[in-house]
Amino acid sequence: MPEIDSGDTAWILVSAALVMFMTPGLALFYGGLVRSKNVLGTIMHSFFALGLISVVFMMVGYTLAFGSDVGKVVGGLDFLFLNGVGAEASDIAPTIPHSTYMIFQLMFAVITPALITGAFAERMKFKGYMVFMALWSVLVYSPVAHWVWGGGWLGGGEGNVGALDFAGGTVVHINAGVAALAAAIYLGKRKGYPQEAMRPHNTPMVVTGAAILWFGWFGFNGGSALAADGVASGALVATHLGAAAGMLGWLLPEWMQHKAPTTVGAATGAVAGLVAITPAAGFVEPWAAVVIGLVAGMICYAAVSLKPKLGYDDSLDVVGVHFVGGLVGAVLTGVFATTAVNAAGADGLLYGDASLVPKQLIAVAATAVYSLIASLALLFITDKLVGLRVSEDEEMEGLDLSQHAEAAYTYAEGGGTMSTH
Amino acid sequence: MKMITSVVKPFKLEEVKEALRLAGVQGMTVTEARGFGRQRGHTEVYRGSEYQVDFVPKVKVEVLCDDDQVESVVEAIMASARTGKIGDGKIFVLPVEQAYRIRTGEMGTEAL
Repeated sequence: MPEIDSGDTAWILVSAALVMFMTPGLALFYGGLVRSKNVLGTIMHSFFALGLISVVFMMVGYTLAFGSDVGKVVGGLDFLFLNGVGAEASDIAPTIPHSTYMIFQLMFAVITPALITGAFAERMKFKGYMVFMALWSVLVYSPVAHWVWGGGWLGGGEGNVGALDFAGGTVVHINAGVAALAAAIYLGKRKGYPQEAMRPHNTPMVVTGAAILWFGWFGFNGGSALAADGVASGALVATHLGAAAGMLGWLLPEWMQHKAPTTVGAATGAVAGLVAITPAAGFVEPWAAVVIGLVAGMICYAAVSLKPKLGYDDSLDVVGVHFVGGLVGAVLTGVFATTAVNAAGADGLLYGDASLVPKQLIAVAATAVYSLIASLALLFITDKLVGLRVSEDEEMEGLDLSQHAEAAYTYAEGGGTMSTH
Repeated sequence: MKMITSVVKPFKLEEVKEALRLAGVQGMTVTEARGFGRQRGHTEVYRGSEYQVDFVPKVKVEVLCDDDQVESVVEAIMASARTGKIGDGKIFVLPVEQAYRIRTGEMGTEAL
């Protein structure tokens, strides 16, 4: 049994903090994209996940994902309320304290459902959002995390599918992207969509949020090596190059088609590149990271451009960026992965093994089917329990005032009295 | 007394202000406004979709003056706000019934 390594521990603790910062980054990214009457409601959809999902994951989510395996489908209840998750290492990450591994995983559990919220932006009831998020985290995120990372049937090991997912392309992005599709379809379009121009109200906020996501992603992917070693370093390099190439890949067709390289496009392309490099980061050469980013930027641009013709209102393009980008990443990991970069990985199509791409597709399909059915069921249950969609009046007024009794931007001070009771 | 309301391109505000000062105007009220005339709007691009935006950013400048100043004030605005391209804006001249200075209670042209 290897001992606790101080370098590994330090890096994973820092990575956990980096991944934590992604969720407020996402809040700004999404918050800038909506209309000004919904900016606080949208920010809360991400920021509040730090409060809600952290506690849910501590109570039950962690053990369902990483408890001792039950039938390769779900984790057992041994770590309920983090019982026994402390300074000692666990089997899954033998050189860092179990609590370090847990807090790193907790940050992933927080941001994943927060990603979904972009699909139902500007029309979700806060109570419905809360119930859906908590249920989804426990019943969808945790099992899928177990399948891939917790010793379940999709990951490595004897008799398993053996798909490669370095940092969560399937668990996080395919999973959230498909749930987003379910939510957009279940909730229906925003009032006025697509006739009215619903433009981003604060583009600098979008870019700030994307920059924070990019920064945090170094922990997301770099930390997924679960060590401070060469694989972590390679993953960080691949992550940066994936984001950079994603930006270029998006802007190229956009500039050609619309005669303008937009800032929202640069930000979205970088995020698409980050999504696609996530499953590949620890398995591919730097040049392959650039190819993955470029392809993801271009394909996500095409997917997002196509959305208005598809008839559903995925308000902030979670499907077009996270599902499509995740799919590109999963497939290209099957092409470009090489054991020369990571001996614990596998060789992809380019390195002579044609069996990896089908394995990747099995993991994507299994996650997508489960996420779609389970998400629709949870949306239905939540709708019956507390309701999902705000009333028409509340939607017109905006979520900030109707759900949170606040206004984001006050143009003139004063003009009212404070009630002191 | 007249109120001269002009709607001009935002980047012309500084020139309009200087021209009005030279024409003897002592004060003005400026509002950020949006609107369209024959110019119509412009196109914006977000995530691969083009949006036709009807209301474009403008600045509304309101100036009060004596009747005999109207011509010179209008000329000052006209000269300073013009680029010659579509979208230069409009000038409206309206009658004003009364004006007061709040601090002193002065009325009429004394209050300007």
